[in-house]
Amino acid sequence: MKVSMTVNGRLVNGDVEPRTLLVHFIREELALTGTHIGCETSYCGACTVHVDGEATKSCTMLAVQAEGASITTIEGMAMGDELHPVQEGFWERHGLQCGYCTPGMIMSGAALIAANPSPTEDEIRHGIEGNLCRCTGYHNIVKSIEYAAAKARGETPPPADWEEAVV
Amino acid sequence: MYPRQFEYVAAGSIEEAVGVLAANPGAKVMSGGMSLIPMMKLRLLSPETVVDIGRVSGLDAIEDKGDYISVGALVRHGAVATSAVIGEHATALGQAASWTGDPQVRNRGTLCGALAHADLAADTPAAALALGMTMVAQGPNGTREIAASDFFVDSLMSALSPDEILVEARIPKRGGGSAYDKLGRRGGHSDYAVAGVASWVAMSDGVVTDCAIGITGVGTKPTLAVGAMEALRGQGPDGIAAAADRALEGITVLEDLYGSEAYKAHLAKVYTRRSLEQAVAAAS
Repeated sequence: MKVSMTVNGRLVNGDVEPRTLLVHFIREELALTGTHIGCETSYCGACTVHVDGEATKSCTMLAVQAEGASITTIEGMAMGDELHPVQEGFWERHGLQCGYCTPGMIMSGAALIAANPSPTEDEIRHGIEGNLCRCTGYHNIVKSIEYAAAKARGETPPPADWEEAVV
Repeated sequence: MYPRQFEYVAAGSIEEAVGVLAANPGAKVMSGGMSLIPMMKLRLLSPETVVDIGRVSGLDAIEDKGDYISVGALVRHGAVATSAVIGEHATALGQAASWTGDPQVRNRGTLCGALAHADLAADTPAAALALGMTMVAQGPNGTREIAASDFFVDSLMSALSPDEILVEARIPKRGGGSAYDKLGRRGGHSDYAVAGVASWVAMSDGVVTDCAIGITGVGTKPTLAVGAMEALRGQGPDGIAAAADRALEGITVLEDLYGSEAYKAHLAKVYTRRSLEQAVAAAS
């Protein structure tokens, strides 16, 4: 079946089987491999992208369902050399270790602060409930999203744990 | 992990979708796909035809119709969870929707889809039972209404015929107060219910004049707790504990990966008590 959609601002076309999942289309047809495949059962969230602005598990959506949609993947987050605030937060607050869950975490974190610019720690923890991380214990991921929310509000992010510890 | 091959039909109308279902035995209808696609990927289900109703217009509204609230087939869990009119008149349903899946699932999964899927541990069916919701099914011969108490037939089995589509869920405005509470498989309210209980109560002069209690997660299907309902009618708030003790009358508790029979039976009573306490507080 023919499909067309906008991915990271670029109109793309494809000819896919109906069973082609959106994540396969993104990774294999468009060669955008930043979106990861983890569990494939819609638990882990590594495949999270934005579909018309909403965080979506691209392993649980058919490419043909995305006909006409506007998709943003991790590759579409930075503006040139300027990282998206959530990307910067993960960099500044050590929000990743192995990095496998990171693209999905960043997409969920970005959707969260777009909808709720001042989330509490509890709201952040529930906001990333659809994304699993097996390395960090989530602590620094939460701190990264707190950093990003402050940055996006134009405020100075709270100091890092280790900065507080030094004082 | 690809599903098996299938024909995909993007229906332009419910009539067209019903026609495809009628002409293709075994065809499955898809709205958000949050249950159907994982089942197809795991090859638990391999329909030859999938009818996508996701692009049918006019089915994505929550409307106050005076004596009931209408929820269209394509209304997402997230919209149910944040709806002011549902929060006011159907608190239990709003809570159940807000604790269904995770943010990504709530962005695409629909209330009607989850009800039609009829998972034995899904949250919103408990609220549908407690709130006395009505399901509107459309088939080749038009529409029919099905009471929630007749809708959940067995695990993953609703009263819908293979050529019917759940096009609307109606919540009667019966006054009183309602609440849903659960223990999720990942703790707190996260994930499917190990045990989940929705309660609706109407009060007058400190006495429960009518009530309904829907239990999910513990038995073979979401079920009304008729024993507890009978025990609570005519009682004040101090009758809640005794009513909760009768929560499992008529329900066969299933042991599963998430709890033994004894543990789940215990949880069902605890959450019946908790949801009743919240519903009574809301109604008082």
